[in-house]
Order: sequence, then structure tokens, then C-alpha cells
Amino acid sequence: MSTAPAPRRIAISLPFSVRLERRLEPPRWAPLTPVIAIVVALLLSAVILAFVGGDPVASYLHILKAAFGSVGVVSDTLVKATPLILTGLACALAFRMGLWNIGAEGQLLLGAWGASAVVLVPLVPEGTPSFIVLPAMMLAGFACGAAWGFIPGYLRAKLGVNEIIVSLMLTYIAASWVQYWVFGPWSEGGFQMSRQFPTEAWLPQLSDFAEAVPALAGLTLHGGFIIALVAAGVVWFILRRSRWGYVIRLIGDSPQAARYAGVNISRNIILVFVVSGGLAGLAGMSEVAGVVHRIQDRFSPGYGFTAIIIAYLARFHPLGVVVASILFAALILAGREIQPSGVPAMIQGIVLFALISSDVFIDHRVRVERTG
Amino acid sequence: MDPIVILAAGVGIGTILLFAAIGEIFAERSGVLNLGVEGMMLMGAVAGFSTVVSTGNPWLGVIVAMLAGGALSLLHAIVTIHFHAPQVVSGLSLTLLGTGLARVLGEGLSKAGATSLLPTLSIPVLESIPVIGPIFFHEQSILVYVGYLLVPAAWYWINRTRPGLHLRAVGENPAAADTLGVSVYGIRYAYVLVGGLLAGLAGATITLAIQPGWFGDLTTNGRGWIAVGLVIFAQWSPFRAAVGALLFGAIGRSIYDIQIPDTLLGQPNPFKEVHSLTFFLDMLPYAMVILVVVIGSREAVRKRIGAPAALGIPYVRGERGR
Repeated sequence: MSTAPAPRRIAISLPFSVRLERRLEPPRWAPLTPVIAIVVALLLSAVILAFVGGDPVASYLHILKAAFGSVGVVSDTLVKATPLILTGLACALAFRMGLWNIGAEGQLLLGAWGASAVVLVPLVPEGTPSFIVLPAMMLAGFACGAAWGFIPGYLRAKLGVNEIIVSLMLTYIAASWVQYWVFGPWSEGGFQMSRQFPTEAWLPQLSDFAEAVPALAGLTLHGGFIIALVAAGVVWFILRRSRWGYVIRLIGDSPQAARYAGVNISRNIILVFVVSGGLAGLAGMSEVAGVVHRIQDRFSPGYGFTAIIIAYLARFHPLGVVVASILFAALILAGREIQPSGVPAMIQGIVLFALISSDVFIDHRVRVERTG
Repeated sequence: MDPIVILAAGVGIGTILLFAAIGEIFAERSGVLNLGVEGMMLMGAVAGFSTVVSTGNPWLGVIVAMLAGGALSLLHAIVTIHFHAPQVVSGLSLTLLGTGLARVLGEGLSKAGATSLLPTLSIPVLESIPVIGPIFFHEQSILVYVGYLLVPAAWYWINRTRPGLHLRAVGENPAAADTLGVSVYGIRYAYVLVGGLLAGLAGATITLAIQPGWFGDLTTNGRGWIAVGLVIFAQWSPFRAAVGALLFGAIGRSIYDIQIPDTLLGQPNPFKEVHSLTFFLDMLPYAMVILVVVIGSREAVRKRIGAPAALGIPYVRGERGR
């Protein structure tokens, strides 16, 4: 980046001119931009809601109450946040290296399928204790998600194929694949869902401990949340404290420098895609073993797509992913009760736009000057 | 299972992809990747459909649909051209925003029953050519014929006119174009807008001509993404895009048709109605896109042609590309 570039002009024929000057250093408020972006997005969405005849204030109050109003709904919010954290980590890891894995949704679906296969095929005999079934499901979920991530990774690394298109197309294919199994071989009585898993294949929930601690009765928060937090810690360690993470960040910042330094870029593309897919696969496992306790059609409302925004909002930081996931979980949870149903998706899109637009103000100073 | 009927219907479905793909070719030729096609298309679909539901005028619907797609694309243009935001992320947000907004605006529209659609017509002499006539020129929507004209027009504009030369220059080497006095930002804005207008038209083609009605985000069902894949397959050429669109249209149509007959080649039809094998048919178009993108990429690498050199790179005067 050159040090003193010429100021750029936006040609508007007004009595003043607006100039963008490149800043030499980011401003002190730079870390706050995600918060600003969310506030701006909520304001914009309120305008749109009012425009189509909704009541924005009531809607937002409703979101707050429905997501954080009591211990019970906070638990529900964290349940919703679990798959978002895992898929968000999947995206953050890949994005940090400049790889656009936007197929986390498909990897999640396939992970859920793999975990379900352990119980439904079954790969382990009926009545196997939890401490064997659950790890086996995690392994299968990770492996299937990783396999689904391997395909775009391999094609990108070896043939230079656009990973965005491939990972997205694989999502549609994964959706049909899961539908085939839940409508066909695994269908229970012709319904679009499998039979319920045996309780050994359920991730433990807070309410399981209600006998010892009565306050936990009815709380649905399950072990998947722990898996997600551990995964966040692991991804943080990989990115910030390991040699491999250094390589990932190097490739992300400057692929050319990495190449000159002798880094094997194709190998890292494949590896990152595999781990990214695996994390999304774990999200699928956590959903079937922790929430629905069976596999069914459309059990994910698009967690893998929301994950893209979460990763961006968190600026690819694993711990930021956890915070952003909880926020978006609240939005999704409350959004189900808000009409019209597209509101959460719309707000998500606006948040992302506000966020990337705000970057220009981090890099540039806005000058308004009189002309003439 | 008459192949001519399938191909004729495939032409209709292919027209949807064609408009979106040619729009994207224009945008990408100027150096701006717009992954928001799916969102712009859905916005066009809902805007066009709701206009017709309330006014009954399908032509007005087409115009409103194009304006809706164009308005969304301008958002992408401002953010990526002036603010230098990453084009991939901006495009993804556009898809999310467009999908969400379309669902908000389309609330209740799915109950709106029959509306007046765009007219279909046959071309007198061409219609009677064997095979080609019934496929391309018999009882097709008027938009299909617009598509036929658009393909050579787009090719001529890009490759044989002065503005087309500027377009290509900006997409290949914006700094050089800038030195010659071509407005890089102006051209990029213009063609991103063209892309948006055409994506909106593609949306209107669905709801006002080929598959009328509003079905939420299933209205487009990933077709915007297929169009983006088609552009790579087409190597940024309108004619190859037309071939690809026809191919995908025909496949899309045969997937429906193959589920109807009781027997297939003398055997009981394994795809009959909701037989579980139909889910594998549903995968087919998406698997085809992957195949096509792989082939397209390999060919592009081999021939060293294809992607505009400055695709995806924001232009800042006086700075080297990032």
C-alpha cells in the first residue's frame, strides 16, 4: 500500500465536494464497527418494517423478550446458537485463509446424516452405552462434513475451480440426499422423518439433571453447546497459537508471500476445507443428537448461511463467533413468531451490508469541502 | 415424453437462465463479480408479480421487476466500486437481503391466483421448419423471443462496438483504460446496473411467463446460482451462455416429465411420482453445474482465456490492485 495516495473525488455537482482520504492508521473506534453495523441495520430494518405496515418497536421488543426474557428462553437461545457457533467457526476458519466456503449448510446436512447413520443403519448395535455412541456419532458427523468440504477444496486446489459455486451446489445436493433418506429408507410410517433415536444417542440436556437441581427442569440446553465452546477454543488455538494457524493467516493476508516462503498452498486449501466441513458436520450431529433426536426434512432453517454473516461480523475471530451467534440465535428464535417471515433474513443481509460499508470509513476519512 | 415438447419447454425455462447469465456476463466483463443474482432475481420475481396482481398489466410488471433488480444491483455497485468492499461478501449479502426482502414483500402473494400473463406467440414462417420450428418458434412467450434477440445483440455490443471495447478494457486493465480517459467507475456502475436489470427480468420471466405464481424462495430455487455457474461455463460469451441455458432448461424440464409415464423403455418407471429415486433427479442440475464449472475452468486454464483479468479487484486510481 503506498503511503500518500492522491485523494479521490466523488464527482457530484453540488456547492460542496465530498472527498475520501485514505487514513494512515485505523481510527480508535474501528473495533466498534460490528456494533455500529448492527445498530444501523436494525434502524434500516425498522424503516422497512414500518413501510410494509409493521410495527418495528413492537417487533424488536418482542425479539428481546422472546430471546432473553427468562431463564427458559435464554436456554432456548443458546440451543439455537449452538449450530450457529459451529458453522460460524467453519466459515471463519476458511474465510481467514481467503477461501469462500459458503456450503456450510450442506456440510451440516451431511454431518447430520452421518451421525444419524450410526444409529439408524445401525453401525453400532442397539443398546450400546452413550459414551460409545455419542463419540461415534461425532466422529461420523465430522467425517461426513469433512468429506463434503473436501470436494470443493480439492477442486479448487488441483483444478482452480471456483469454490463458491461448488460448495453451494453441493448444499442443494446434500439437501436432496437427506430428503431421499428421510422420505425413503429411514422414513417412519411414510412421514418425512426417521424414527426417534434411542436415548443412548441423545446428548445430555440440562433438564436431565432436574432431579438433583429442580431449577433445571424444562431447560433444553444440551451437550452440543459444550462441543461448540470447545471447538471455538480449539479454532482460536489453531489460528492464534499454532504454526498451522500462522500459515493460514499468512496465506489469507498474502498468498504470494506464502508461495515465496515455500508454503504448499494447495495442501492447505484442502486441509482447511476438510476441517471447515468437519466443524459444520459437527453442527449437524449436535442438532440431530441434541435437539430433534431424529433426522427429518428441513431440520435446519439455514444455519449454514447465517454462519457466513456471523463469521464476518466476528471478523473471523473464534470468540467473536460465539458472541455473534448468540445474537443471531435471538434474532432467529424470535423471528419465527414475527410476521412476515422473511424479516430475520432481511435484517441479516442489511447487517452484512452495513458492516462491509463501514470498512470504508475505517480506511478513509470523509472530508466535506466548499467548492468555488 | 415427446422430445420436441420437452425441448420447447426447455427453451422457456432456459430463457430465465439466459437473461440472468447475460446480465452477469456484462457485470463480470466490467470486472465486477455479482453473486447477488439469486437475490435480484427473486426481487424481480416478487416485484413483477405483485405489480400484476394489483394493476393487471404484465408489461408494467416487467418494468417494475427490472427496476427492482436494478435498484438492488446499485447497492452492490456503490459498496464494491466506491467503497472497495470485497465483491464476494457484498454479493452474498445481496442474495440474503434480496431473498429476505422478497419474502417480506411477497407475504400473502402465494394466495393470489390467476393473473394476466405476458402473451405467447408463434412466428409464421419459421414455425413450419421441421424440428426447429416447433421447438423454438411455436407458442413461446414473447420474452423467449426477446432472449433470441438479446444473445446476438449482447455479443455484438461486447465485441464489435466502441462502448463494448471500453467495457472489455475496464474489465481487463482498468488502469490502462483510465489513462485513456475511460471512466472506470462510470462503466462499472452502468454494467452492474445492466446485470441487475436483466436479473430482474429473469425473475419476471418466471412469475409472469414461464412458471406463473409466487412460491417464496422456491420461486427461483437456486436458479440465480446456476446462472452464475453458467457464466463460467460460457467463458463470458453470450452464445455459449445460450447453449448452456438451453441445455439446463431441457434437463430441468425432463426431470418433471420423466416422473409422469407409468413405464419407461418397457420397464415400470422407477421415477414415477414421489418414488424416492426422484430425489436423485433433483440433484442432477446442481451436479451438472459442478461438472460444467470444472470443465469450464479446465478449458479456461488450457486456452488461457476466459475470466476478465480485473474480475473481482476493486479499482483505486494510483494504487496497485490488491
